[in-house]
Amino acid sequence: MNELLHSSLSGAQQPILQVERMSRFYGERVGCQAVSFKLWPGEILGVVGESGSGKSTLLRCLAALDQPTQGDILFSEQGEWLNIPALSEPKRRALMRRAWGIVHQNPRDGLRMGVSAGGNIGERLMDAGERNYAQIRRVASEWLARVEIDPDRIDDLPRHFSGGMQQRLQIARVLVSEPRLVFMDEPTGGLDVSVQAKLLDLLRALVRDMGIAAVIVTHDLAVARLLTDRLMVMKDGFVIEQGLTDQVLDDPQHAYTQLLTSAVLV
Amino acid sequence: MEMIKVCGVSKNFTLHNQGAADLRVLDSVNLTASAGECLVLQGESGAGKSTLLRLLYGNYKCTSGEILIRHDQQWIDIALAEARSILEIRRFTLSYVSQFLRVIPRVSTIDIVSGPLLGRGVSREVAARRAGDMLLRLNIPQRLWGLAPATFSGGEQQRVNIARSFIAHTPIMLLDEPTASLDAGNRDVVIELIAEARRSGVCLVGIFHDAAVRDLVATTRFDIKTAKQPEAA
Amino acid sequence: MTQVQTITGADPHYNYGYLDEQTKRMVRRALLKAVAIPGYQVPFGSREMPLARGWGTGGIQITAALIGPSDCLKVIDQGADDTTNAVSIRQFFARVTGGRTTEKVDEATIIQTRHRIPEKPLREDQILVYQVPQPEPLRKLEPSEVETRNMHAWEEYGLMQVRLYEDIARFGHVATTYAYPVMVNERYIASPTPIPKFDNPKMDMMPALQLFGAGREKRVYAIPPYTRVRSLDFEDHPFTVQTWDKPCELCGSRLSYLDEVIVDDQGSRLFVCSDTDYCEEQRQANASEGAGA
Repeated sequence: MNELLHSSLSGAQQPILQVERMSRFYGERVGCQAVSFKLWPGEILGVVGESGSGKSTLLRCLAALDQPTQGDILFSEQGEWLNIPALSEPKRRALMRRAWGIVHQNPRDGLRMGVSAGGNIGERLMDAGERNYAQIRRVASEWLARVEIDPDRIDDLPRHFSGGMQQRLQIARVLVSEPRLVFMDEPTGGLDVSVQAKLLDLLRALVRDMGIAAVIVTHDLAVARLLTDRLMVMKDGFVIEQGLTDQVLDDPQHAYTQLLTSAVLV
Repeated sequence: MEMIKVCGVSKNFTLHNQGAADLRVLDSVNLTASAGECLVLQGESGAGKSTLLRLLYGNYKCTSGEILIRHDQQWIDIALAEARSILEIRRFTLSYVSQFLRVIPRVSTIDIVSGPLLGRGVSREVAARRAGDMLLRLNIPQRLWGLAPATFSGGEQQRVNIARSFIAHTPIMLLDEPTASLDAGNRDVVIELIAEARRSGVCLVGIFHDAAVRDLVATTRFDIKTAKQPEAA
Repeated sequence: MTQVQTITGADPHYNYGYLDEQTKRMVRRALLKAVAIPGYQVPFGSREMPLARGWGTGGIQITAALIGPSDCLKVIDQGADDTTNAVSIRQFFARVTGGRTTEKVDEATIIQTRHRIPEKPLREDQILVYQVPQPEPLRKLEPSEVETRNMHAWEEYGLMQVRLYEDIARFGHVATTYAYPVMVNERYIASPTPIPKFDNPKMDMMPALQLFGAGREKRVYAIPPYTRVRSLDFEDHPFTVQTWDKPCELCGSRLSYLDEVIVDDQGSRLFVCSDTDYCEEQRQANASEGAGA
C-alpha cells in the first residue's frame, strides 16, 4: 500500500517573500545589513542571534513596522511582486490586516485587553466585513478550541487568562484571517518552560496545517530547533550563516555559530 | 534499483574555537545502495560511520562531492539542494533512525507513533490502530500509550522511536545504532522489521555495533576505512 | 463699498448674525468641505461665543454663518421649543438679525436642534443644524485623536463593530440607545449626536441638508440631502428602534418619541410627545376632527 502523497518538488513554487540586500541604519549605527533571502510558502524561517545582533530590527523591517534604509522587500500578492517599503500607507495597512500577521512576544501588545476573547478573535473578521454575529461566534469558538482554550471562555476578558492562554489567544486572533505570512517575535519568551513546549507544538501544527510561511525571531536555539525549517544566524547586523536548521545547529560552519551552539545543551 | 549514489564525498570539520583545528573525517568516499538492500557501514569508532549517515540525511554539510538520492523518480544532490527540497525528501523518501528519541515533550506515545501516518493523510482512527499494533509488537503495553515517553526507560524510549520510524513506508532508511539499548527479545523484533522493510523494497543503510546483528541484517557491507565498494555479505 | 442695510429690529451694536463677515466666510468654507465629504469631520476656527462651551456654541456658529433676512428660525431642545436654552438661543438670533422665528416646523427654513430630530418630515428647502457635544464616534473606544483620525482615513472601523459585538455578547442586544453610530454614504462613521436611536432612520435619505457643529471640539460635519445613512448592526441582530406600550397622553400619537414624565410623589408617570410642535399639531387636528364630527 503506497501512502506517498504526490511530492510537490517537481511543481516549481514561487517564493512568497524575497528580501534583497536589505539594510537598516540609524545614522552611523547598524541595525541590520545586506540581508538577502527567499521564503517559500509553508516554510518556517528562524532568525537567531544574541541581543544586538539585529534580528529584531530585521523582523520589524520585514513586518513593515519600520522602514529599511536600503534594499527591497518583495511580497508576492496574486501573482505580482509588491515592494513593501514603497507601498502607500493604506495599501500596506490593508495587507497587514489581511495577508500578514504579527505575534508579539508580550501577548498584551497583540490583544485588546478590554475586549472579550471572542471579540479579540472576531475583530479581524469584522474588519474584513463579516456582519453575521452567529457566524463570528462560531468561528471564534472553533479557534478557541483549536488553540486549546475552553470555548466556554469566549466571553471572558483576556486579563483573566494565564500568560500561556493569552499567548494562544493572540495566535488565534492572528491566524483567524488565514494570513499567508506570519511574523513572530520570541513567541514563547516569558512563558513557563512547561508551557513553552506545548505552545511550540501547537504553533508548528497550525502553521503546517495552514501552509503559512513564518519568520520567527528567537534567542533560544531549542525553540529554533523545534519550530523552524531554516535558520539564519545573525551577528552585529549581518547574517553570518544560513541553512537547514538541524544542519546549522549540528554542523555549524562559522566560528560564531559554533560558539553559539556549543554554549547550549540542545 | 539504485537509490543512493555517493561520489567523491569528503568531510572536514574546522573547529574555529579550538585553534582552528581541522579534522578530515571522510576522504573521497564512493558508495551506492539499492532498493531491497541493507548496507551496513563498518569501521572503528571515530572512523566516520555516523558522519557518513548524517551526510546522507543532509544533517551535515559535505566539504566536497555529490550525494545523490533518488526522490520521486529523480536524482537530487543533497549537497546542493535547498532547505525545502531536503525537507520534502525527508518527509517522503528518506528517514533517519537515531539511537535517541527526540520529540516534543508532553506528546503521548500513541500520537508520536501515529504522527508519520497522519502526515501522509491517513485518518486518525486508522493511524492510531496501526500505531497500536506496532507498539504491541515492540512490547510497549497499552497502558503506556497515553503517556509521554519522557519517563520511560532508555530501552522503552528507543522502542517508541523504532515504532515511529518503521510505521510508514519510506523508500530509504538510515539507521544509526537502532538496537543499542535493546534486550535480545526486542532486538529480534527490530531485525524482523528490518527484514520486512527490505522485502518491501526499502533501501537501508545502517550502523550496528553488535556483530551478530550485523551478520543477520546485512546484505552488503561497506568498510569506511578502506572506502571499498560494497562487497557481498 | 457696499452699504450695509440696517435691518429693522436688529440690534445695531452687533454685526448681522453676531459673527463678523470673515468668520462667516470661514465657517461656510468649512461647511462646503463638509458637504463635499459626507460624514467627514472638518476642523474649523471655532470662535468664543457669548455663552459657554457645552451650551450649543457649535450649532449657533453654523446658524449664524447661514442665517439671512429671508430665513425663519426654529430652535428646539430635546424636542421642546419652550425650554430655557431653546428660548435663549431663539431670542439671541432674533436680536442679532431682527429676523423671523417660529415654533412651527413647517414655517422654518433653519431648524437648530439639541438631541432630537422633529417628527414631521423635513423639506428640501430646510436646513437642520445639530448641536454636537462629541463629534468623534470612536472616542470612547480609542482615546487617541491621532489613532481615530487614522481609523477614519483608512476606513478601519472593525473596532466599532467589535464594540457592538461586545454589547450583544454581554447583554444579548446592543445596549446603545442614543448617539447610536451611523455609516454615512458608506464611507465615514459619524456620531448622529445624542439623539435617541429612534430618530436615526429619519437621517437616511432626508430631503433637508443636515449640518453638525461642535464648538468645543472645533469640528463641523455634514450629511447632504438624500444621502444614505445606515445605523451599524449585524445581519442577525438588526438595528431596531424603541417602542412604547401606550400612546401620548396628550395627543394620542403612537408614532412619535415619548418622554416619560413623573407627575406626583407616588411616582405616577405619563408618556408625552417629546416634540412639542408635533404634539400641538396633533392635538389641533384631533380637536378639529372632533369639532367636525
